[in-house]
Amino acid sequence: MCENVSRRQFLQASALAMAGLGLAGCGNGGTEGGDATEIKVGILGPHTGDNSSYGLACKNGAQLYFDQLNADGGINGKQVTTFVYDDKGDATEAVNAYNSLVQNDGVTAIVGAVLTVPSIAVAKASVADNMPCVTPSATAADVVTFGDNTFRTCVTDPVQGVVMADFAAEQGYKNVATLYKTGDDYNEGVNAAFCEEAEAKGITITSQQSYSDGDVDFNTQLTAIIATNPDAILLPNYYQEDGMIVTQARQQGYDKVFLGVDGWSGIYGGPENYADAADLHDCYYCCAFSVSNETEVSKAFTEDYQEAYGEAPTNFCALGYDAAMTVAAGLTAAEEAGLEAGSEDYKQAVIDGIASATVEGVTGTISYDGTGDPVKSSLILTFAEDGSEKTFDIIEA
Amino acid sequence: MDMFLSQMLNGLQLGSIYALVALGYTMVYGIILLLNFAHGDIIMVGAYVSWLVMAQLGLSPVVAVLLSVAACTLVGVLIDKVAYAPLRNAPRLSILITAIGVSYFLENGAQLVFGADAKRVPAFTDLQTIQLGGLSLSFPAVATVLVTIVATVALTLLVQKSKLGKAMRAVSEDMGAARLMGINVNSTISFTFAVGSALAGIGAVLYAMAYTQASPTMGMMLGTKAFVAAVLGGIGSIPGAVVGGLIVGFAEMVVTALGLSVWKDAVVFLLLIIVLVVRPTGIFGRTMSEKV
Repeated sequence: MCENVSRRQFLQASALAMAGLGLAGCGNGGTEGGDATEIKVGILGPHTGDNSSYGLACKNGAQLYFDQLNADGGINGKQVTTFVYDDKGDATEAVNAYNSLVQNDGVTAIVGAVLTVPSIAVAKASVADNMPCVTPSATAADVVTFGDNTFRTCVTDPVQGVVMADFAAEQGYKNVATLYKTGDDYNEGVNAAFCEEAEAKGITITSQQSYSDGDVDFNTQLTAIIATNPDAILLPNYYQEDGMIVTQARQQGYDKVFLGVDGWSGIYGGPENYADAADLHDCYYCCAFSVSNETEVSKAFTEDYQEAYGEAPTNFCALGYDAAMTVAAGLTAAEEAGLEAGSEDYKQAVIDGIASATVEGVTGTISYDGTGDPVKSSLILTFAEDGSEKTFDIIEA
Repeated sequence: MDMFLSQMLNGLQLGSIYALVALGYTMVYGIILLLNFAHGDIIMVGAYVSWLVMAQLGLSPVVAVLLSVAACTLVGVLIDKVAYAPLRNAPRLSILITAIGVSYFLENGAQLVFGADAKRVPAFTDLQTIQLGGLSLSFPAVATVLVTIVATVALTLLVQKSKLGKAMRAVSEDMGAARLMGINVNSTISFTFAVGSALAGIGAVLYAMAYTQASPTMGMMLGTKAFVAAVLGGIGSIPGAVVGGLIVGFAEMVVTALGLSVWKDAVVFLLLIIVLVVRPTGIFGRTMSEKV
């Protein structure tokens, strides 16, 4: 039985592969026949399931950029055609989608994946093909370490920790405590980087408290933290827990500063408010994008996005847009060199193009210094009295 | 010293909520020997009602408190009528499995209706912090402890002094004999479910006040811990449930205060194992000898 199934699967796979080869053949024939009016780009991310909001936001952002690019005449006179695949947030699905993009659709670059685990799987698979991949949002350190062909447009978890520690030092906080979730890469990564940088800047870490997944009572940890009289408390988690912690701390009479990272976006003003506006005074967190940061680029992006999708863009929409812009910068370099789409030289030219590009994105100026990690600025956001987010500062890289 | 007092209050607050939920477990077990695993999920229903009333309908917190307690009471009695009453004479295992089924039904029903994301319950009062000397006390914590004391006293009076309480004790002592003495056993059982669920409703309001979020699976761990509390104190015993709840609450607080928060749940369940090995009837439990 098992044997049968696997043979059938093998046959299906071979059939698919052959079909893929056939299609690829057609594609090549087409190119030679003068059908070189399009550039194929893949967009990959979770568009259904638990984390679909992130995937859809990135996809919408990326699609918006390519649509605008096409309206302006495309790259080198060629229109960009996008091939969108749903990886459901799953590593196996992501690799299947990747193979399909490369073998069936013949894409020359990919925007994605969106979540960390599928992004790592795609990064590993793409090394052999030297396929240029730009993830808008996967923050774990590993993602861009497998080959020179992978890039990201967001900053990593540790970098966020460092940014917030620098901010704390700049604000003159002498004593800072942290409260983070154990067994979680995001929390622990940010916390460790924050503490190291803060101590290097002469800040005393008065207390490091932790909690487990599913906890709702943080009073005991907060009592212990407040007893050490810190100037600020770092909460490196997502908004649901951050909201509960802020509320409980304010109930205990703590009226000083909270520091956070990009997991905070959505704590107020989204579908649900996870803390009262009155409790969100003196809270600062870093983020890539905010509609409240009214630079010309981000204002124009916000208007365009609003017009295209009927809602205000989030952090992830902006990162998707910038990832598309980064990919386009690489494609432009390859096209200008006059290389044949799909060839090894072309892919390498795209990679080199991205690595040497300076992209004026909506989340800041993005450049790469020899790794797949961007060198870019971070926004420090805070809350107005009515709870709406407000740009407080921009920390240059 | 300030920190010590604050931590004591944190332990009391946690313990009080466990105690309120454990009371419902213990009363139902006392009367029909059923571990009502759906009891924790009744808290979830109460928290969602608070959210619906305040966040969605924009009504006052007083209405939210009343409707939450009323909804919990109603759901508790309904569960008994629909799921447990038809199985009154069935083997104990059938009704236990039914209870687990009801629990899953409530959790998944809530997920279907409200979605998997947590909903935020708005603050019940503007007053969040009480200043006492140099001490800042959290208002929900103080309210939780006070309300639990009042509820426990009221429940004890109800069970010991009122006629219905007498009927409850009689049914729990010997259901057959109580029926022969002219006690309406079914309505007494319904009343027990109503009281237990009303306490869960009060617990739900206090929970929502302190932890401000309602989610479909919030009752799962809370119910399990409260069950541990009830067994610890001696299941079937009202003072036992309160003492058990406070022990669990303090144990969690102490472990967390020592910086070992990861071990918090393990310690609670270790306590349960120790009690089951050393004194299976719990602290206040009575050993009942089977009559032949």
